Amino acid sequence: MARWIEKYRSILDFTLSSLVRRKGKNLSLLVVYVLVVFMLGSAMFLTEAMKREASLVLKGAPEMVIQRLLQGRYDPIPMSYLEKIRGIRGVISAEPRLWGYIYDSAIGANYTLMVPRNVALPSGEIMIGNGISRRRMIYSKDMMSFNLSNGSSRVFTVRDVISPESELVSADLVLLSEGDFREIFELPSTHATDLVVKIRNPKELVTVAKKVMELLPDTRPIIRDEMVRTYDSVFDWRGGIVTVLLMMALLAFVILAWEKASGLSADEKREIGILKAIGWETSDVIAVKAYEGLLISFFSFTVGILLAYGHVFFFSAALFAPAMKGWSVLYPDFRITPFVDPYQVAVLFFLTVVPYTVATIVPSWRAAIVDPDSVMRS
Amino acid sequence: MILHPAIVALLLVSLLTTGMTLYGAYFGIGIMRRWNLKSGSEGQLALERRTYLISTLLAYVLIFQVGSLFLFVQTAESLHNQFVGAMCAAGSLNVDPYGYPAFLLKILNVILAGLWLIINHVDNGAHDYPLIKKKYALLLVLAPLFLAESVVQTLYFLELKADVITSCCGSLFSSEGNGVSSDIAAIPAKAAMAGFYLSFGLTFVLGGIYWFKGKLGGLFSFASGLFFLVSCISLISFISLYFYELPTHHCPFCILQREYHYIGYLLYAALLTGVVSGLGVGVLMPFAGVGSLAGSLPLFQKRLAMVCLVAYLLFTGIAICRMIGTDFTLG
Amino acid sequence: MIKLLNVRKGFNLGRPNEFVAVDGVTLSMEANRVTVLKGPSGSGKTTLLSLIGCMARPTSGRIILQRGLPREYLFPNGGDTTEVEVTSLPERFLTEIRRRTFGFIFQQFNLLKGITVLENVMLPAFPLGEKHGVVKKRALALLEMFGLSGRALAKVEWLSGGEAQRVAIARALMNNPPVIIADEPTAHLDSKLSSAFMEIIARLKDQGKTAIIASHDPLVFEAKMVDRVISVRDGMLEGDTA
Repeated sequence: MARWIEKYRSILDFTLSSLVRRKGKNLSLLVVYVLVVFMLGSAMFLTEAMKREASLVLKGAPEMVIQRLLQGRYDPIPMSYLEKIRGIRGVISAEPRLWGYIYDSAIGANYTLMVPRNVALPSGEIMIGNGISRRRMIYSKDMMSFNLSNGSSRVFTVRDVISPESELVSADLVLLSEGDFREIFELPSTHATDLVVKIRNPKELVTVAKKVMELLPDTRPIIRDEMVRTYDSVFDWRGGIVTVLLMMALLAFVILAWEKASGLSADEKREIGILKAIGWETSDVIAVKAYEGLLISFFSFTVGILLAYGHVFFFSAALFAPAMKGWSVLYPDFRITPFVDPYQVAVLFFLTVVPYTVATIVPSWRAAIVDPDSVMRS
Repeated sequence: MILHPAIVALLLVSLLTTGMTLYGAYFGIGIMRRWNLKSGSEGQLALERRTYLISTLLAYVLIFQVGSLFLFVQTAESLHNQFVGAMCAAGSLNVDPYGYPAFLLKILNVILAGLWLIINHVDNGAHDYPLIKKKYALLLVLAPLFLAESVVQTLYFLELKADVITSCCGSLFSSEGNGVSSDIAAIPAKAAMAGFYLSFGLTFVLGGIYWFKGKLGGLFSFASGLFFLVSCISLISFISLYFYELPTHHCPFCILQREYHYIGYLLYAALLTGVVSGLGVGVLMPFAGVGSLAGSLPLFQKRLAMVCLVAYLLFTGIAICRMIGTDFTLG
Repeated sequence: MIKLLNVRKGFNLGRPNEFVAVDGVTLSMEANRVTVLKGPSGSGKTTLLSLIGCMARPTSGRIILQRGLPREYLFPNGGDTTEVEVTSLPERFLTEIRRRTFGFIFQQFNLLKGITVLENVMLPAFPLGEKHGVVKKRALALLEMFGLSGRALAKVEWLSGGEAQRVAIARALMNNPPVIIADEPTAHLDSKLSSAFMEIIARLKDQGKTAIIASHDPLVFEAKMVDRVISVRDGMLEGDTA
C-alpha cells in the first residue's frame, strides 16, 4: 500500500513539473474551460438565488388568496363575498386587499400601488420604494403625480422612502390610502382587488379551497404552496433552458479538449516514448495523463466557480440578469444574497468536469500505448 | 418533463457511462473471439493495448456512477417542492413508476461496476490474465443494465410533471400505507433490530473465521450481502427514526441532507464499500484454483474481507452511537 | 542468461508494406560478458536489441531469461526460479521484468528536457514506488560516481555532450539492473568520449554487469573489453566470434 502511494505520488510530482514546463500549451484550453464553468455556474447560481428570493418573498405571502374571475380573467371581487367565506368552517379571518399596477411613462416602468393593511396613511400622502426613488430622484417631502383612470392627474406628497432591506419586494412599491387608491383606479367601495383568507389548520387548505369554489363558483382560490411550486418550476425551467443552450458551448469545449488531448506535439510524443523505454508502463503514462486532466479541471473549475460567484453575488449577474430575471427596469441595484449549495457545485461538476474527463480518456490512452522501442527506431 | 440543470447533468452522465460500458462490451466480444496470449501477432498486441483503455473507462464509470447515484437522490430531493404531498426525495421518486426502479438500478450498477473492477484488478495481477474472457463476458451483462438504467432514468424525468399529487415520505414510509416500502416500515422495530444485530454478528464471525483460518469465504461473502440488505431495511425500519427523532419518519433519504450533517453520505458510502468488497470475496472464490492466482488471491481476498468488515463496523458504529446518543427512544 | 530460440519479428504483416526485421534468430548470451551486435543500419540489430531487452514481443519464437531475475515477483508462491519465458507475457509484466533487469542507453541519450539532471536520473525508479528520499539518495550517489554531483540541479539542455552521455548512463543504472543495453551509444560522440564510454562499460563489467551493445563503430566492437561480437545482416545472424 505504501509503495503504491509512493508510486502515484512520484508520478503526480512528475505530472506537476511537466505541466509547469508546458504552461503555454494548455492556456487556450484553460481559458475556455474557465469560461464554460463560469457561464454555467452563473446561470445556476442565479436561478437558485432567484428561487430562494422568491421563496423568501412568498414566505410572507398569505396562505390563501381568493380572486374573482370574469370571462376567464381576473376581475375585482365584491366585498359581499367576505361574509360567505368567513362562514366556512376552519376559516379564521378573511380580509380584502387593494393593489394594482400603474404605468409611468417617464421611466417606462410599472409601479405596484398598494393600500397597506396595518397603517392608515392620510389622504394625499404616499410612501415609495427606493427603486422608484432612485430612478425618479424623488425623496422624502417631494411631490409625485399619477395619471388617474379618467385622464386627469393627481399630485401626492412623498412621506417616506421604504427602507431598502428587501428590495426585491419593495423596489417598485407605492403605498397610499384606501380613498386615494379607489380614486386613482375608480374602484367602487363595494369591491376589492382580492381577498386574503387565514385558515386554522394548514392541512385543511385544500378542503377550504374546495368549499370556496362550491360556494362562489366565479372565484379562484390560490394557495401559497402552489405559488412556491410554480415559481420553483418556472425558475428551474429557465435554468434548464439556459443549461441546454450552454450545451452547445459545452460541446465545443469538449471537442476542443479532445483536440488538445489528441494533438500531442513531437516533443511530448518523444517524452512519452522515453518514459516507456526507461521502464514506465502504459498504465503509468495513463496515470500521468489522468493527473494532468485532474489538475487542469481542478484549476479551471475553482477559478470558474469563483468568478461565477463574484459575478452573480457581487455584480448582480450583470451579464445574464436581463435574460434570467425579465423584471422591470427598476432593479438595477438588485443584489442577491450570497448563497451556494454544495449540491449546485456537484451539478456543475457533473456538467463540466465529467464531459471533459471523458473526452480525454481515449486520447490519453492513445498517447500511452506508444511502443517502448519507438525511441530506438526513430 | 421538468427541466433542471441537474436533470440535464444526470442524463448526460448516464449517456456517457452507458456509451462507455457498451463500448467495453463490444470490445469484449472481440476479446472472447480472438484473445490468444501465446501469440505475439500484431492483432493480439493491439487487443492487449486496448484492455488498458477498457480498464480506464470502467474505473471512470464506477466513479461517475457513484456520483450520479447521490446526485440522483439529491435531485429528487430538490424537486420535491414541485409535487403536492412530496416532502422529500422519497415522495419525488414516487411521482411516476420509474423513480424507484431507476434508483435501484443505479445501486445495482454501482455494485456491479465495483465487482468488475475487483475482478479486473485480480486478473491484471496474474501474468497470464486467467480471467480475461470471464471479465469481458461480465461486461456483456453490465452494459445492458447500464442501458436499462439510462432508459428508466430518462423515462422517470420525462414523466415528471410538477403538481402531480404524490404520497410524501410521511405516507409512503408510514406504517399505514401499503406496498413493499411500508411493509418494511411496518416491521416491528424489535424484530428488525434483532435481525440487524444477528446478521452483523454473523458477518463478523464468518469474517473472523475467514481472516484467521481462510475458510468459509463463500459463506462470509453471502453474509456480507445479506447484511447489506438487512441494513437497508433497518435504515428504513428503525435506524432512521433515531436520526430524525421522530417515531413515524421512516425515510432513508433525508439523512443525506444538511439538517442531519450529511451523515447519510458516510453511512451509504460505508454500506456500498462493504457490500462491494464483501461480495468481491465471493465472486473471486471460484478462481482459487487458478495457478497463476494461487499466490496472490487469498491475500487479496482477505484484504477485501477486512475492508468489508471495517466499512460495516463504521456503518454500525455510527448507527449505534446515534441510538445511544439521542434522547429519543422507540416506545 | 538470455536465450533466443528461432525468434522472428515482423511489422505490418499481411499488408503490402510488411517487412521482417528479425528472422529466425537463435542465440544465447552469458552473464558478465560484453557482447556487441554489429551490422549496417537497417540490419535489424536495433530490433533484436529491443527484443532481448523485453521492449517488444516477438511475432514468433521464444525468449527465455535466466537467473537473477525478479521471478519471485511473478510467482510469489515459488515454482521454477531458474528461468522465465518472456515471450507470452503481457506488457504489464514484461515492463516489470524489464525495469529490474535492463538499463537502457540510447543513441540520442533521450534525456527529458526542461527538468533537472537529478530528476532525469530518478525517472526510471518512479514506477517502482520506492520512497522518494531513498531514490534521491541513490541518484545522487550515481551522479557522484560519474563526477556529476555539481550538475545535479542543472537543466539537461545546459549539459555538454560528455556530461549528457554520463547522465544517460547514470539513469540506466538507476534501478541497479544486471544488464546494460546500449543502442549505438557512440554515434554522437567524438573518439575521446567514445573511448571514455567503453571505459565505463569495462568498469561496469568489473562490477559484474552484463552489457549488450548494438553498434557499427569499430571503436566499440574492436575495444579490448568486448568478449563477443555478433554480426547481423537482413535480420539474420551472419557471424559470431564466440
